[in-house]
Amino acid sequence: MTDHPTKLSAHSVNLWFGNKHVLKDVSVTFPRNQITALIGPSGCGKSTLLRCFNRMHDLSPDARITGEFLLDNQNLYDHGISVTQVRRRVGMVFQRANPFPKSIYENINYGLKINHIPKTERQGIIENALKESYIWDEVKDELQKPATRLSGGQQQRLCIARTVALRPEVILMDEPCSALDPLSTLKIEELIVKLKKDYTIVIVTHNMQQAQRIADKTIFMYLGEVVEAGDTKALFEHPQQEMTANYVRGRFG
Amino acid sequence: MQLPVRENIDKTVRLLVRSTGFLAIAILGGILFMLLWNTMAFFLQIKPLDFITGTQWNPSGDPALYGILPLLVSTSLVTLGAMVIAIPLGIGTAAFLSEYAGSKLKGILKPAIEMLAAVPSVAIGFLGIVLLGPGIAGLTGQSNGLNALNGAVLLAIMALPTIVTVAEDALHGIPDSYKEASYGVGANRWQTLIRVTIPAAAPGILAAVMLGVGRAIGETMTVLMATGNASAFPKGFFHSVRTITATIAIEMGEVPYQTTHYYSLFAIATVLFLFTLIVNMLGEYFVNKYRKYHSA
Ligand SMILES: Nc1ncnc2c1ncn2[C@@H]1O[C@H](COP(=O)(O)OP(=O)(O)OP(=O)(O)O)[C@@H](O)[C@H]1O
Ligand SMILES: [Mg+2]
Repeated sequence: MTDHPTKLSAHSVNLWFGNKHVLKDVSVTFPRNQITALIGPSGCGKSTLLRCFNRMHDLSPDARITGEFLLDNQNLYDHGISVTQVRRRVGMVFQRANPFPKSIYENINYGLKINHIPKTERQGIIENALKESYIWDEVKDELQKPATRLSGGQQQRLCIARTVALRPEVILMDEPCSALDPLSTLKIEELIVKLKKDYTIVIVTHNMQQAQRIADKTIFMYLGEVVEAGDTKALFEHPQQEMTANYVRGRFG
Repeated sequence: MQLPVRENIDKTVRLLVRSTGFLAIAILGGILFMLLWNTMAFFLQIKPLDFITGTQWNPSGDPALYGILPLLVSTSLVTLGAMVIAIPLGIGTAAFLSEYAGSKLKGILKPAIEMLAAVPSVAIGFLGIVLLGPGIAGLTGQSNGLNALNGAVLLAIMALPTIVTVAEDALHGIPDSYKEASYGVGANRWQTLIRVTIPAAAPGILAAVMLGVGRAIGETMTVLMATGNASAFPKGFFHSVRTITATIAIEMGEVPYQTTHYYSLFAIATVLFLFTLIVNMLGEYFVNKYRKYHSA
């Protein structure tokens, strides 16, 4: 892990929704060009933590955050920093596939337009992003079809294409396979592993096998706290905490 | 023992519901029949071409003139004017309520706007005579402000609650996941609103607009009070106009039964009916067109 410097990190983060203390003194680091899995029982704050990194909580008025989030040593919540720039550098694939109610083509084109990418380059970028996300062969003849007509797995790959088209530095994925069949899941896992050479990836998953198959590093959370973090192999085979051991061996959660 | 009783109640209720349903259809059919029957009687006496192309409506003149054009232009002027004001204002207000206003402000504003719908049209017409009329007169230097613009503004006010409420519901119903997807690729609030939320809510917004237009075309009392009802051919927004609805309301009371004049009022009512029918069908068409992107 020494040859993978930290790309993204959080330091002593606390988050409240109203009076509810959801993240408690959380500190995590994500190494560059590695896949880090976030695991933990439902409701422990994985999505909440993930959403801090692209400032999605800015939209909910009752969320209060303290602590520090660093991307390449730059504080993501600094006053001078633009939210839209943060979100472009830190892309997100959501728990449920959420293509826009527009055509397949327009789903990717939208982000390009928003980010002022010249018209002449867009066609190529869109094609490339669809290829990178292994969905090109399935949709190349019907790019004008409504994206909502695609299957769940295709929709999720389209959402990944939408994210990679913008060449972010980090991709956050919130249970990208939770609604998919085993075959689509394997396709997406393959895709994620291929993406890691260009991106830093954080993935939330409930699937222990998935974490072990694809993640270099794993972080186990429980009730809003980080219990244990380390190399995936070590964490699963020799957990240091009893709680981690119980969880990864399927004894609770 | 219990079963037959329950079945009997069930049967009675079913009969009741079915007969009220049939009653509604029968009433609708009756109205349509009466409209068309009397319209036919009118066209037996007046040539359709004269009716459609005539530029004067003067049933009590000599000769009596039954040109619908001035009425049609009046109705169009007032309706279009109302829509030009109410559509952007209504959608803007709806967007503000659903996307920008905090929950407290929305909790006050939305009921207030909905309450506007409960103001009787006579009261709004009154407002047009005592407030808006003199205002317009003062601005334009005319003797009174009873004209198409006055009517359009009042109708806009009346259509606004419908448009705002229905459009706000449509915008509010757009799943957060669409908006998050938009923010996720670096869009700001405005871009998200204009390019994602409003297009996604388009069917509902169109329905809102159509309901608003329907209300404006069919409204009688307000335009009767506010537009001056001059029978001369309408020359523009700053001139008095006489809409189809106002004409029917004014003349129906004094016209002798089963005369040409009497039939003519049914003929213009039929035209009004066609108008609203077309508006509704257009609305339906657009709603379906947009829906294709939503079916999962
Ligand atoms: N917008 C919100 N307002 C109030 N409470 C919230 C909000 N979002 C999440 N929470 C609460 O924060 C806690 C953590 O939620 P979070 O979605 O992060 O869990 P999670 O670990 O992602 O769970 P899952 O695995 O089920 O997705 C939960 O108790 C949830 O009820
Ligand atoms: Mg979650």
